[in-house]
Amino acid sequence: MAILTVASLKKRFGGLVAVNGVDYSFPSGEISAVIGPNGAGKTTFFNLITGIYVPDGGRIELDGKSLVRVKPHVIAKLGIARTFQNIRLFGSMSVLENVMVGMHIHLKSGTPGTILGWGKVRHEEQEARRKAYRLLQYVGLERHFNEEASSLPYGAQRKLEVARALAVQPKVLLLDEPAAGMNPRETAELTALIRRMQRELELTIILIEHDMKLVMQLAEHILVLDHGEKIAEGGPAAIRNNPKVIEAYLGKNAVEEGVMA
Amino acid sequence: MEINSTRERLAGSKSLQAGLLAAFVVVTSGAVYLMDKSVLAFLLLLGSLLLLYYTGFSNGIKWASAGILLLLVIPFAASGGSSHEAYMEVAAQCGIYVAMALGLNIVVGFAGLLDMGFVAFFAVGAYTYGIFATAQANNFIPGSLFPLPGGSFWIFILLGGFMAGIFGILLGLPVLRVKGDYLAIVTLGFGEIIRIIFNNMEKPINITNGAMGLSSIQPPDLFGFKFTFPHQFYFIVIGILAVVIFAVRRLEHSRLGRSWKAVRENEIAAQSMGIPLIRTKLTAFAIGASFSGMMGVVFAAKQTFIDPTSFTLVESTTILVMVVLGGMGSVPGVILGASLVTILNLQVLTELTSALNALSNNGYIGIPTALSPSKMQRLIFGLILILFAIFRPNGLIRARNRKVSLESVAGSGVYPAPAGRAAIRK
Ligand SMILES: Nc1ncnc2c1ncn2[C@@H]1O[C@H](COP(=O)(O)OP(=O)(O)OP(=O)(O)O)[C@@H](O)[C@H]1O
Ligand SMILES: [Mg+2]
Repeated sequence: MAILTVASLKKRFGGLVAVNGVDYSFPSGEISAVIGPNGAGKTTFFNLITGIYVPDGGRIELDGKSLVRVKPHVIAKLGIARTFQNIRLFGSMSVLENVMVGMHIHLKSGTPGTILGWGKVRHEEQEARRKAYRLLQYVGLERHFNEEASSLPYGAQRKLEVARALAVQPKVLLLDEPAAGMNPRETAELTALIRRMQRELELTIILIEHDMKLVMQLAEHILVLDHGEKIAEGGPAAIRNNPKVIEAYLGKNAVEEGVMA
Repeated sequence: MEINSTRERLAGSKSLQAGLLAAFVVVTSGAVYLMDKSVLAFLLLLGSLLLLYYTGFSNGIKWASAGILLLLVIPFAASGGSSHEAYMEVAAQCGIYVAMALGLNIVVGFAGLLDMGFVAFFAVGAYTYGIFATAQANNFIPGSLFPLPGGSFWIFILLGGFMAGIFGILLGLPVLRVKGDYLAIVTLGFGEIIRIIFNNMEKPINITNGAMGLSSIQPPDLFGFKFTFPHQFYFIVIGILAVVIFAVRRLEHSRLGRSWKAVRENEIAAQSMGIPLIRTKLTAFAIGASFSGMMGVVFAAKQTFIDPTSFTLVESTTILVMVVLGGMGSVPGVILGASLVTILNLQVLTELTSALNALSNNGYIGIPTALSPSKMQRLIFGLILILFAIFRPNGLIRARNRKVSLESVAGSGVYPAPAGRAAIRK
C-alpha cells in the first residue's frame, strides 16, 4: 500500500524545469531509492515533499492528505522527517541538544511553565534528555553527546542528522545522500542502520544516493530521475539493466559498447 | 611553572578562593567607603562579582553571595561619602542596561535576529508609565483621574512589559519577512519611527506631549514609602533584574530556547524539525521586548521626566554593543558587557572629560570640546564593535552549551542499547 504519492509533480526555477511531471507511489514500510545523475532534480524532489518549495503543479499526498502549500513544520508534524545533503546541523549546539530539537513537536512545555519551572516541565526535560541519549545510542553516537555538533567528524554528522530526524518520530524518513563522504566502514554501518530502522521502527524510508552498491543492497523500489523527469522505475535488478538508466549515467556510447553488461 | 602551579593550587582549593575573594571585597568596599568618588575603587568592587563568577562554588552559593554583595555590601560601601547617590545612580543604570541587554540577547544572541531599534521597546515601557503617572492622560481620558498614584507603579512594571511585548509582536509581524542585513535596516527604521511618533503625538490629541516630554512623573509608592533617590531605585532595579536573569536562564535551556537557537543556526532544518519559524521569532521579539519595557517603566519613574531624546538610535546601538562585547548568546557575558559599557559611558568617559577639561582650563593643554571623550562615544563604540567582530567574535565570555552529566541522561548503570520501536517512541 502506498503511503506517499506524487502525481504530475512539477517545479521550475526560472527557465529550468528541475522536476517535470513526476508520478510515483512510495510503498508503506519499505525502502525506496531516488537516483539519477547530478542535477537530476532529486534534492528538489525532497524539498517539494517537505514543503521547502511549493510545486508549480501536481499533487503530493501523505496517506491521502495533500501536502501542497503545507508549511514545512506542519509536514514534520504530519509525519515526514528528513536529513540534508549539505549537512544542516545546529552547529554550535550540543549533539544531545540537536536531537532534542528534533523532539520539539512531542514536547509540551510552554513559556509560563518554563519560566516558573513547574515540576512537569522539569520532568519533561529530563525525560527528553534520556530519550535523546537513547536515540544517540541507536545510531552509535552516544559517546559524543556533550560535544558541539560542528566538531564531529563528517560521517558522525550525517549520523546525527539521522538521529535528529528519528526524534521527530516520523512515518516517512527521507535521507538525502546519507553516505556521501563516508568511508567504507562507515557506509557499511549506515547500511545496517538503515535496514534496522526500517525493520525495527516500521519506517518508510526514501533515500537519495549515488553509491549504487548501497542502493542495490537496500532499496526494494527505485525511482530514476534525469533532467527532472522520471526515466525509469522498478526493482534493483530491472533498474540495473535498464538501457535508459545506463545511458543517463554513462552517456549514449556506453549502452552501445555494453559497458554495464 | 611558578604561575601554573599557583593557578592549580587556586583552582583546587575553594577555601583559598573564598579567602581571596573576601579579602578583595573588603579592600575594594573599604576603598569605596572611605574615598570620595573613586571610579576605580567602585569598578573593582563591581569586579568582585566577576571574580565570584569564576570561582568553583556551586551555583547556589554563587547566587547567594551575589545577592549579599548586591543587596548589602555595595549599597553600604557606596553610602560612605558625598558621592553616595552618584554611585547608586551608576549601579541602578547598570542594572537597567543589563536587563535590556539580556532582552536584546534573546533576539540577537539566541534567535539570531539583528535588531537595531531595540530602544523602541524601552520607550514604550517608559511612556506607558509616563503618560498615566502624569496629568497627561487627562487630555484623552475624561474625568481628571490622572496622575495615577505612585502605588500603581508596581502594576505598571508588568503593564509596561506587556505593552512592549505587544509592540514586539506588532513590529515582528511585518518585519520578520526579511532576513539578515535587511532585518537590521528595517528594525533600525522602526526604532526611529517609534521615537518620531512619540515626538509627534501631541496633535490632534495630545497623548505624549511631543518634544516637550512628560515631567513630574509620580514616584513609586510602597505603602506610603516613596522612592525618589537613586539608592532607593537601585533596589527596585535589582529586584526586576533578578526576575529577568532567572527567566532568561530558565528559557535558555528549554524547548523554546532550543528552538530559538535552532532557528538561528539553520532555518530550513529548524522548520523541518517541526519548529514554526514566525511564531518562534515572534516570541523572541516579545519576550526580549518585555524585559526592556519593564525597565522603561523604572527609568521613567527614576528620571521623573522623559522625552523622545532619551530613545535615539545611539541608545539602540549602545545596547547592541553591550551584547556583542559581552558575547552573543552568553548570559554571563552579556551581563558583563552591559555593566562595562554603562560604566564606560557614565563614569570613565565623563571622568576623562572633566579631567581633560580641568587640564585645558588650567592652560596645560588645549583640547577642542568637539574631541572630548564623551563626545566620542559613537566612535569608541564603533571601534569596539569592529575590533570585537575581528578579534573576538564570541565576545568577552563566549556562549557555551550546558554540559549534562552522563548519569542524568543514561540513568544509573550501563544502559543497554534498546532495540525496536520502543527506542524512539518511549
Ligand atoms: N533554489 C534553486 N534555485 C535555482 N535553481 C535550483 C535551485 N535548486 C536546485 N536548482 C537547480 O535544479 C536542478 C536540480 O537540482 P537538484 O539539487 O535537485 O539536483 P540533484 O539531483 O539533487 O543533484 P545532486 O546529485 O548533485 O545533489 C539543478 O540544475 C539545480 O541547479
Ligand atoms: Mg541533491
